[in-house]
Amino acid sequence: MSMDRRKFLKVAGLSTLIGLGGSGAFELLKPGKVDAEMEHEGHHGAHHGAAHEKGEEAGPKIRLAMLIDMKAITKEKAEKIIHTCHHLHNVPNWGDPKNEIKWIWEEEYEHVFTDSYNEYDEVLEKLPFLLMCNHCDEPPCARVCPVEATFRRPDGIVAQDYHRCIGCRFCMAACPYGSRSFNWLDPRVELKKEMAQGRKLNKRFPTRMRGVVEKCNFCVERLAEGKKPGCVEACPDVMHFGNLADENSNVRKILRERVSLRRKLELGTKPSVFYLV
Amino acid sequence: MIEKALKGSSIYWGWVIFLLCIIGAGFIAYLYQLKVGLGITGMSRDISWGVYIAQFTYFVGVAAGAVMLVIPKYLHHYTKYAKVVVFGEFLAIAAVVMCLLFIVVDIGQPMRMMNVVLHPTPHSMLFYDMIVLNGYLILNIICGYNTLLADKKGLPCPGWVKPFIYLSIPWAISIHTVTAFLYAGLPGRHFWLTAIMAPRFLASAFAAGPSLLVMILLFVRKVTKFDPGEEALQNIARTICYAMIVNFFFMGMEFFTAFYSNIPGHKATLEYLFWGIGEYGNLVPFMRACIVIGFAGIFILLVPPIRRRPLWLAIGCACIFLATWIDKGVGLVIGGFIPNPLEMITEYHPTFPEITIATAIWAVGGLILTILYKVAISVREEEQRV
Amino acid sequence: MYDSGKVIVGLLIFAGIFLFPFIYQHGSPAEKPKPSLDTPAIKALPVKKCVEDTKFMITTHMQFLNEWRDQALRDGNRWYVNKAGKKVWISLQNTCLKCHSNKKDFCDKCHNYAAVQPYCWDCHYDPNGSKL
Repeated sequence: MSMDRRKFLKVAGLSTLIGLGGSGAFELLKPGKVDAEMEHEGHHGAHHGAAHEKGEEAGPKIRLAMLIDMKAITKEKAEKIIHTCHHLHNVPNWGDPKNEIKWIWEEEYEHVFTDSYNEYDEVLEKLPFLLMCNHCDEPPCARVCPVEATFRRPDGIVAQDYHRCIGCRFCMAACPYGSRSFNWLDPRVELKKEMAQGRKLNKRFPTRMRGVVEKCNFCVERLAEGKKPGCVEACPDVMHFGNLADENSNVRKILRERVSLRRKLELGTKPSVFYLV
Repeated sequence: MIEKALKGSSIYWGWVIFLLCIIGAGFIAYLYQLKVGLGITGMSRDISWGVYIAQFTYFVGVAAGAVMLVIPKYLHHYTKYAKVVVFGEFLAIAAVVMCLLFIVVDIGQPMRMMNVVLHPTPHSMLFYDMIVLNGYLILNIICGYNTLLADKKGLPCPGWVKPFIYLSIPWAISIHTVTAFLYAGLPGRHFWLTAIMAPRFLASAFAAGPSLLVMILLFVRKVTKFDPGEEALQNIARTICYAMIVNFFFMGMEFFTAFYSNIPGHKATLEYLFWGIGEYGNLVPFMRACIVIGFAGIFILLVPPIRRRPLWLAIGCACIFLATWIDKGVGLVIGGFIPNPLEMITEYHPTFPEITIATAIWAVGGLILTILYKVAISVREEEQRV
Repeated sequence: MYDSGKVIVGLLIFAGIFLFPFIYQHGSPAEKPKPSLDTPAIKALPVKKCVEDTKFMITTHMQFLNEWRDQALRDGNRWYVNKAGKKVWISLQNTCLKCHSNKKDFCDKCHNYAAVQPYCWDCHYDPNGSKL
């Protein structure tokens, strides 16, 4: 049959599109892939014949929180805490405000409680407040992440999946507390320099790659091994860590006796870091 | 029809090669960025979005501006726009491609780009942005190409294209609303946390897109045999003028709320942008120029005797384009990050590689526009000969 | 045929470029990679068993590690029960690489052969490397 060139090209193009699109759709929609994705979102099923243990038990609700005792903290302790955290997690010390990565750092009262700053206060203004990710109960960062690289775990920790993060930095724009840092450059470039000057890395914990966002993770890798977060272990009289949802936990007991502040409460994020003043 | 873009004068080819050179330079700069990381830009821990996202935001608006031609022509049968609608649609194609490119160069792990598709996240506005931008691109390609093809053959537009054209109208509104939602829902950024963000975006878009279109059409009228029609241009110019008035009105509303309420969090960014805070004020000249140039543009386009002079029409549109670009492309995104959540100020200084990459993406848009417009103009010229 | 001179020359050039890799490698077969299990940790094991059996590991470790990653990082479930019913702590660095501490002679052997560059090493460490 005769067919002119235009018609042939149209048919060929359309067939290619359908062929590619069809096989692509087949790949995406075929049972294995979708089920696998579903299972990774928290459902459980048999994989390759081996059964996975049940993850989060349906036990008492857990909401992990950190209490920072501002009456017990000193500048030296604050530095020790920061140093411990940044060592345990191999956080590079770029030293310039453009590229810096900080999981926990010290700040003045005026910049910590921007919404309720009382310029006549002479008590709080002297204190070295420690800032970190607040692991909010309703985190705006997790709301905006387009790939769910950052997400709220059932135990209250806002986690960061460095493998999935595409580095769009939407979470950084969304965080009302400025807790997040981005790897503008390869962190290992800086770490290698520091190792040449004597820094020892913690080889039980990976570094990150450039192009991903990172922040305090409430030492989720240490919690998994039954240890306390690094900052808590460094200064247990300053940092208190526990389950806010359990009425009888250490943190709830402290909160019954001490006055506490949280940052930017009016934004509805429900932060989990308390400052005992 | 694409073959029409392969025939042109030496000036045409000179322009194309010029654009290709800029694109080449930007490509090399991008390879450098891929090698070293986004640290080569001026972005920092405090200013985590910069030139790339700002340009993305601006050009989503330019793309949405095409709807200002589609609505009168297709919903109200305003025949004076019949010959120019396709130019609006082609402008939208070039603008959307630029937007997508700006996103690609901005993300830290571009090889993981497909994660947005592989892990759909309905509660994230970026997910919807990806959908609506790509959808708008496809819509404009379908509508633009098929209407132009029908014109070339001297036939009426095929019936099956009409639903796509009608769909492109709410879709155009949606692309810029979704982009506004990226900003307007973030609790920590007081400058962006305003309900008027989406309306302001749309008003600015309806001024920016058509103003670029009018400038190009005036140029086309001068150098080719195609005449878009004086009434069409005047009508678009009136639309631009009113849209810009609305845009400035909305901006005025922001000023009122910020300064009458006297709330420091609301005032801070506007103070920084227009007056500077302390030693920090590197954007002040830009923002003040934006106001002056914007009002100049409104005045030129408002007064008919001035607007009817082609040179002044071009100047007026250039003023509007520049003013909206400063407003959205410079002030909005950077301003949202200043002051930072700790109420400290870090200023933003874009670097040379960053500007090179951004300019190259502008050149890509220019190239796509050149090619598509060459095709459209050739078809129109043939029509006029018949 | 029109332009037969240009067409035939073009075809010859194309054939040359296309066949070049085969001609270049002619006579030198690439050796099958032999990853080495010779590490102190493996030597010290009473029963030389990996998390799963070798065949499974060879064919599936890519997807397997992805699933491990998602399970540990995203689901918070750090214990894996293998086919034999044994509980294994999920960690590339502190489980897999504790035994397979010879990245150059184990992981890299097959990856280099297949010209694959997994990005694990951007973040995780070569157990034997003193540098990064």
